Order: sequence, then C-alpha cells, then structure tokens
Amino acid sequence: MVSLWQIFGVFAKIGTFTIGGGYAMIPIIEDELKRRNWIDPEEIDDVVVLAQSAPGLLAVNMAIFSGYKIRGLKGSIAATVGAVLPSFIIILAIAMAFTSFKDNLIIQRIFQGIRPVAVALILVPAVNMAKKGNKKWWTWLLMFGTAFLVAFLKVSAIWILICVISISTIIMVEKERRHKDKC
Amino acid sequence: MLTLLLQLFYTFFIIGLFNFGGGGAMISLIQNQVVSVRGWLTETAFTDITAISQTTPGPIGINCATYVGYQVMHDAGFGNLAGIIGSATATFAIVLPSFLIFFLLMKLFDKFQHDPRFIGVMGVLKPAVAGLILAACIILTFRVDWAGMTPHIEIIAENFPDWKSWALFAAAFVSTYFFKANPIVVIIASGVLGVLLY
Repeated sequence: MVSLWQIFGVFAKIGTFTIGGGYAMIPIIEDELKRRNWIDPEEIDDVVVLAQSAPGLLAVNMAIFSGYKIRGLKGSIAATVGAVLPSFIIILAIAMAFTSFKDNLIIQRIFQGIRPVAVALILVPAVNMAKKGNKKWWTWLLMFGTAFLVAFLKVSAIWILICVISISTIIMVEKERRHKDKC
Repeated sequence: MLTLLLQLFYTFFIIGLFNFGGGGAMISLIQNQVVSVRGWLTETAFTDITAISQTTPGPIGINCATYVGYQVMHDAGFGNLAGIIGSATATFAIVLPSFLIFFLLMKLFDKFQHDPRFIGVMGVLKPAVAGLILAACIILTFRVDWAGMTPHIEIIAENFPDWKSWALFAAAFVSTYFFKANPIVVIIASGVLGVLLY
C-alpha cells in the first residue's frame, strides 16, 4: 500500500517546482501518477475532467480526487496538504519580506514595470475564455453585461454567478422536459 | 481580531465555492470580494499580489489567498503571528469547499457529468466567467465613481502612470497571447524594464 508520506511527498514536490498555477500542474500530476502506477491510467483522465468541471481550485481538486483514489479520505488530505503547503510557506515568507522592503526605491521601480503587465496577464485568460465560450449572440451580451455590472455598477460577482446558475438551470431543465415530451 | 478572521474565512470560503474556471477566474473573484466588496486592499496592492502569485510556485489561488490573508491582518495593525493566522485561515477556507463538494456531492456529480442539462449550465457559465475576468481587468485599470447618475471614470495612476506603462501592457498582451510567451519570463522582464525606465 502507498504510504501517506509518499502521497504527501509527491504532491509537495509538484507544488514546490511548478510555477504557473493549476493548468501548469495538471500534466505534471498526470505524469507522476502514471509513472508510479498509483492509479489506473484510464481513471486519471476521469480525474482530470472532473477536477475541471467541479468548482474550486484546479490543483486542489486534482489533489483531492487522485489522493482519494489512492488511499481514500486520508490520501486526499495528504495530497492536498502536500500541494498547498509549499506555496503557503513560500508566499508567507515573501509577504513578510515585502511588507518591510516595500518602500525601497528599486523595489518600487520593479513593480512600476510589473503592474501594467500583471493586468495584461489577467486579460489573456479573459480573451481565451471569451473565444471558447461565446457561440451565440446572447453569450456575448451575457459576457459584456456581466463585465459592466461588476466593473461599473459594482455588483458582487457572487450574485451574478448565483443568478446565472439558477436561471440557466431552470431553462435547461425546461428544455429537456419539452424535448422528452416531443419524443 | 476574531471578527476579521471570521470575515476572512467567510470571504475565501465563498470564493472557493464559486470558482468555475481556473486561475484567471480565481483572481477575478478574489479581486471582486477583497478589493471591491470588502475594501481590504487597494487596486494597486492587489495588482502586486497577482504578479507575485503568478511568479511563485504552486496554485495561483492558494498563493493569492495566503498573501491576502497576511496583508489584511498586517494592514489592520496586527503583528506577524496574526498575519500567519490570517494566511492559514484564508488558505484553509479556500480549500474547504472543494473537500465538502467532493465528499458530499461527488456521487451526484458523477451522475450528472454527461447530463445535457449540466453541460448546458456549464456552457452558459463560461461567458459569464469571462465577463468576470474582464471586469477584474477594468477595475485594475480604471477607477469608477458615481456622482448621482453620472459616472466619473479615471485611469488608476499607480498602475498606469504614463505612456510607458501602456506600452508595457500592450507588449505583455501581444507576447503572451499571440506569441505564447511564458508569463513568468514576461513578468521578470517587465521588472527589469521597470528599473531601467523609471
């Protein structure tokens, strides 16, 4: 049986050495799991698909799902703590250091250069998602409407998500019902 | 202090629960709740945190939550220990919904995964999430104030002080979007350019 420390160790290694968030971590997690034969290769694909459709953090979902397949609840906790702990320690150290160096002139200049770039890097996934998700005229309206409500009218993003999920669920359920009535 | 910790827990629990769609969506939700709704951080402080979260190892959402947890306690005048507790609270809270959903709803989820209704709802969510990320970009670029019915829009000077910053913005977008440049390399290069330009 795979020990909990081994599970923790593999995910801690992935968490320490992959920069670039969840999407960068997925292929590396897949690779490690396949190489160690901890999970049936066919099941790994299911884990990836499920991790992407469930809410929450992608990397954390991957850790929970694959940890569970290896050793149940304990396995999923070991994997999650492994994936999260390195980030936590590294960021905490940076946050502590940064609060004392923030007024340093060189640091200020570095961040003056970085800030517009950081905004541009958030725009990239927005455009990618817009291209993937917009198939009809009303999806464009939904996208720009959401952006307008949140950015200009300061509506909470959570309320928008709750509305979109409930309204679309009602529509989809109704559509399915009518479809079945016809058959 | 306890009130602030509970607010941190609640805020990040909600963020973890409602995140659909990866790191970019996560950043937009954290921005919305922490900057716009709670007013814990300024737009500029948050911009710095997103840059740091993308250049350090690990999931971006975890990096962001840990950093914001520390910063919020620090800005409220508490010491380092409280900052660490704030970090731990935010990080635990953002992870917890994933666990609850997995162990409570996974059976349901497994069943619905190929259901046309479920796929339909997910399809509608995508443009909404794209809109949320777009909103995060707008908020980190423009400050919008309302005087009655007339909006007053100005550029956030701390993030975009001059034409050089717009050039950096354009160069970063073109290189990562069209030429698939590595975002980490782009951020490091812009830091070096910052020292040279300012």
